[in-house]
Amino acid sequence: MKKWFNTGKPWIWLTAGSVSVSLIAVIGLVLMIGWRGLSFFWPSAIHQMTVQQVNGETAELIGEVYDSESVPTTRLNAETIKLGNIESEMVTRYLMKIGNREYVPLDFTWVLESLIVEDKTPADMAVIERTKDGNFYGKIMAITEKGEVIARHTDDNFRQVMFDRVERAVELNDQAMDLQEGEISAINYQLSQLNLERRRLELENALTDEAVADLQRQREQLQAEYQVYEEQLFELREKAKKNSLLVRDFRGEEVTVPMYRVLDVNFPNDMGFFAKTGHFFQQIGKFVSEDPREANTEGGVFPAIFGTVFMVLLMSVIVTPFGVIAAVYLHEYAGKNSVTKLIRIAVINLAGVPSIVYGVFGLGFFVYMVGGSLDQIFYPEALPNPTFGTPGVLWSAVTLAILTLPVVIVSTEEGLSRIPSSLREGSLSLGATKWETIWRIIIPMASPAIMTGLILAVARAAGEVAPLMLVGVVKAAPMLPVDGNFPYFHLDRKFMHLGFHIYDVGFQSPNVEAARPLVYATSFLLITVIVGLNLTAIGVRNHLREKYRSLEQ
Amino acid sequence: MASQSAEQLSANRMRLVKDHAARYGVTAGGIMVLVALLLIFFYLLYVVQPIFESVDLKKVNSFELPEQSNVEAVGMEEQAEIGYRFLSDGELQFFSLIDKDERKAGDILLTETIKTGAEITSFGSSLPVNSQYVYGFSDGSAVVVQPKFLVSFPETAATAKTDRVERVITPRVEYKNQGEPLTVDEQQRPLQRLAYETDGDGMLFAAVVEQNKLLVTHYVAEENFMTGEVSLTPKYTEIPLNSAIDDIVVTPDLRQVLARRGNRVHVFDVSINGEVSERELMPARSRELGNATGMYLLAGASSILLTHDTGKVSQWFEVPGDEGRQYQYIRSFEAGSPVTNIEVEYYRRTFYTLSENGDMNIFHTTAEADLYRGKPSEATIEAVMVDPRANYLLMKTDQGYGIYDVDNEHPEVSWSAIWQEVWYEGYPEPDYTWQSTGGSDDFESKFSLVPISFGTIKAAAYAMLFAVPIGLAAAVYTAYFMSPSVRKFVKPTVEIMEALPTVILGFLAGLWLAPLAEAYLPGFISVIILVPLAVIVTAALWSTLPTRIRNKVSDGRASLLLIPVVLFMGWLSFELSPWVEQILFDGDARRYLTNELGVTFDQRNSLVVGIAMGFAVIPTIFSIAEDAVFSVPKHLSNGSLALGATPWQTLTKVVLLTASPGIFSAVMMGLGRAVGETMIVLMATGNTPIMDWNIFEGMRTLSANIAVEMPESEVGSSHYRILFLAAFVLFIFTFFFNTIAEFVRQRLRDKYSSM
Repeated sequence: MKKWFNTGKPWIWLTAGSVSVSLIAVIGLVLMIGWRGLSFFWPSAIHQMTVQQVNGETAELIGEVYDSESVPTTRLNAETIKLGNIESEMVTRYLMKIGNREYVPLDFTWVLESLIVEDKTPADMAVIERTKDGNFYGKIMAITEKGEVIARHTDDNFRQVMFDRVERAVELNDQAMDLQEGEISAINYQLSQLNLERRRLELENALTDEAVADLQRQREQLQAEYQVYEEQLFELREKAKKNSLLVRDFRGEEVTVPMYRVLDVNFPNDMGFFAKTGHFFQQIGKFVSEDPREANTEGGVFPAIFGTVFMVLLMSVIVTPFGVIAAVYLHEYAGKNSVTKLIRIAVINLAGVPSIVYGVFGLGFFVYMVGGSLDQIFYPEALPNPTFGTPGVLWSAVTLAILTLPVVIVSTEEGLSRIPSSLREGSLSLGATKWETIWRIIIPMASPAIMTGLILAVARAAGEVAPLMLVGVVKAAPMLPVDGNFPYFHLDRKFMHLGFHIYDVGFQSPNVEAARPLVYATSFLLITVIVGLNLTAIGVRNHLREKYRSLEQ
Repeated sequence: MASQSAEQLSANRMRLVKDHAARYGVTAGGIMVLVALLLIFFYLLYVVQPIFESVDLKKVNSFELPEQSNVEAVGMEEQAEIGYRFLSDGELQFFSLIDKDERKAGDILLTETIKTGAEITSFGSSLPVNSQYVYGFSDGSAVVVQPKFLVSFPETAATAKTDRVERVITPRVEYKNQGEPLTVDEQQRPLQRLAYETDGDGMLFAAVVEQNKLLVTHYVAEENFMTGEVSLTPKYTEIPLNSAIDDIVVTPDLRQVLARRGNRVHVFDVSINGEVSERELMPARSRELGNATGMYLLAGASSILLTHDTGKVSQWFEVPGDEGRQYQYIRSFEAGSPVTNIEVEYYRRTFYTLSENGDMNIFHTTAEADLYRGKPSEATIEAVMVDPRANYLLMKTDQGYGIYDVDNEHPEVSWSAIWQEVWYEGYPEPDYTWQSTGGSDDFESKFSLVPISFGTIKAAAYAMLFAVPIGLAAAVYTAYFMSPSVRKFVKPTVEIMEALPTVILGFLAGLWLAPLAEAYLPGFISVIILVPLAVIVTAALWSTLPTRIRNKVSDGRASLLLIPVVLFMGWLSFELSPWVEQILFDGDARRYLTNELGVTFDQRNSLVVGIAMGFAVIPTIFSIAEDAVFSVPKHLSNGSLALGATPWQTLTKVVLLTASPGIFSAVMMGLGRAVGETMIVLMATGNTPIMDWNIFEGMRTLSANIAVEMPESEVGSSHYRILFLAAFVLFIFTFFFNTIAEFVRQRLRDKYSSM
């Protein structure tokens, strides 16, 4: 044995063990997030449980099994143990999501397995997704219209009628929303532009009586339009309010759920595998395309996806030229002198400076100094309200561009160094100038490397949160940075970001338990994007290496 | 032909010009990277720098006022447009401080005479915050006056068109008790000295009569619920002391009266209903500091300042001790020559002293900062007063009045306040404290960067403790033992880990790992012991297997073979965790830690941060160290093996030694990353700025501190600049680590290329 130790084998195996640990950590992490994130979309069965209470009575519960854990019996109180006749050392308990937030103090509750008297999953149990107060669980008894029952659950075509009505209500809501976010918000925007216009004229001392009258006329016109749209909006809302669902909840009481709050009705207990799969993809679709609701704890993440993508694109536009130029300088032009050495150290340090420092720098320099000056020069009419002198998507993009600059430089330089010098020499000997060689031969050949750098930069930027918290990200942006109002791109606006969304929903939300699956789902989305981007970059790089290996020979 | 060549020539010239332009353009672009780094460095410095500047005084205006009798006090309002002075003959005069419209500085705007039948015998004032003044009379009564300023924006024909309304400030006078004199002495003796404070409706007077008798008169205000009228009920107390009383001071909470008698200060407690009891007799340490000559109250009213005939000013405040809270000597300031008068600021702990030799000094107590010393004016200064925003100084000299612009934005910040122990008011001893915001206006921000720097180091240390062994061991194995086919897949996988957003790691650490670590604490500890053991046992078992099977899986694939072993041991540890807990720790490890071992346990603690941040750092270390080991020239290791060394001997004696600079640089890079990491610490700790190495408690790091407090700090405030300083410290930290790492790596590269 001692001899075996002397060969060093155990130590080799130990080092091998640490590789295993690292692999398990990476793969396990991704798998866990994937599993937790995706299982959120899979429709889970709705249980109707009868549970014993300490006071001897039984109570009914309707909801999804959300989580389970086993706890040592010693941590329970004596009455419960006696009640459940618990003899084993560990007991299982379930976390039930019972929804119906307006009727219960907490929409989650723990249930001990041994106290469950009866547990069934009736096919007619419904989950009603609502715009407010979260899900509602219960058995739908009837549909009413202005208080009159128009269909009962015993009717043959009850579900058909119900789905039709729900669809109609959702349709009306959508129309109202479109009106509000489209025409009405456009008018509001124009009205605020008119105010700014007035202020601008005033500052330029050009506010003549004609101008005032003109502005007033425009304003009145807009307000008249507004009236019309507002009436339409009220009409739509009124229509949507017509129908209601009559639902029997876990207490056995019949409760009215107004249809205009209903987003969707499902019967998970009544779904087959294919129906469930369909529902699963439908839910994923909703998740990526809808706006968040209820302080971000429900609904989708579309604005966050949009904000992330928009910011990252803007950043790419800024970082690519600078990164490529710097790399070309370092590889093609720089002499072996101390300046070059300093620049290399600068690149390494830019890569190593903590991202929060960039955030601080961006806030102080770009937002307050540059942005503040821009406001003074170009937007004096809006002062003291800042236009660019406040955190926004442009400054986020610029800050992240500096942060990701080294990534692009390093990757591009690596690509340049892989191009055989024979190509350069060939071009130069045929009479091309250095610039022509670089522009026509080198850069096109290095473009995959530039792409790699850019992809890596995008992946880095998409996952970075700390600096964005200072320079422009918000938990809920009322307007996207791109909309139908001139000039269409609003670079001064604040935006939502997937990474910050995770932080915000996971740590700042009032109902952490309800939000948790959403955080996992968002994390999974973000990881998918970032790992995908990285794999693409690695693929491109490997491909590139192969290509030039053949060229060199 | 000729024209063609000319054309060609000009085309060539164009190409050359382009080439040159490109050369300069690209060079400029390359140098821009350096500029960017320097810009960050200098911009951070630029924002930080003002906090270390000393005070700058600039004369704005001067004017004269008629001298009719002694000036008791001067003051001014918030916008520094109007000043006022109290004269010893009972006159209160408001005068303009600026030239505005037809008004000139020094024009008297309003005069109010405070008069009762009796003769004025004394004058006193509350703290600047309350800005109330009191005249004491020979019949034992007192009148309390408050200069008030009404700010209005009147709309006139001229302003209607522009939407810009001029601000107009009008002075007026308000009296307490509707101007009726308040009785301080029931026996109607003349008040020789008078001190006064109010907490809104209630009032506390302290007065000296017959040289050595201290009177404490407490007015309790009671509001009649029906009529809303306030009725005042006085309570009189007379305390005879042994000798003449030199100074009296009343605290604004109306709970204390301090009376100085030579080198002794009597401290009296006043109860809510006005009962007075002597608490302690505080000696003024005259042997050390010199004889006491005066006593003043500092803003915030927790500290008193004593002036001494040696030119020292000493600060005293109450410190909790064995016998309750007692006044204690804290620190002293050197004014150069004996101080004749002290003025304090409204909210900050800055005070202005006037010395016998005509010098004015500006000090800040907690920062122990000597902000200014000198003679701002040729004339002898008789009195000074700052405005509530501490932007202007009104100075009365023997030649008239002067307004000075005071540039004193950050008196509370000094090198010692940031990096050394500071004794804050109310604290039992000097300490490192970070507490940037508080409830009240006169809250004193505590800006010690020590606890958060400590937190940064603590977090980084625990992360490195976790990441260095795993990262380096994995790197060594991957580079040296692993078979190429496995390596091709392992290396990118571990490197992908680096790309994982830290916000996800932080969220998992905070919401998944932290509760798990709390519930399965013994499991976590046993994983650390069991997994390496199991690996060695597996290796031993493997070596006993027949060669035929062993050859199928070479050492290069051992890590794949070990995955199920590690997984199984991990699962086993967690399964056993409750049983271990039951047997060893009475069923609750957490309670056992707290009760039996006295170790504080937070759910979001350093263990969690160490693991989560360790995972963020492992890929950095792995990647660089792996490159270093892999690029050790093969002929070195082959030579060693050929000479009969085992692979392990070759590794430790040849390969690692050669690659050690690269490994060092990997660790440095990892450290740099751990120091600056924000989201993980932000989400996985409680962010409490404590100084304790306990692994079961959290910390607050520089980066998390910036992320938490930056959005709330006011631009240009001390807090804002201190946060920039924190960023600057981080910048320097990482700059240092990265530059060392890069230098070492460059050297290594040169070494390899020569081999």
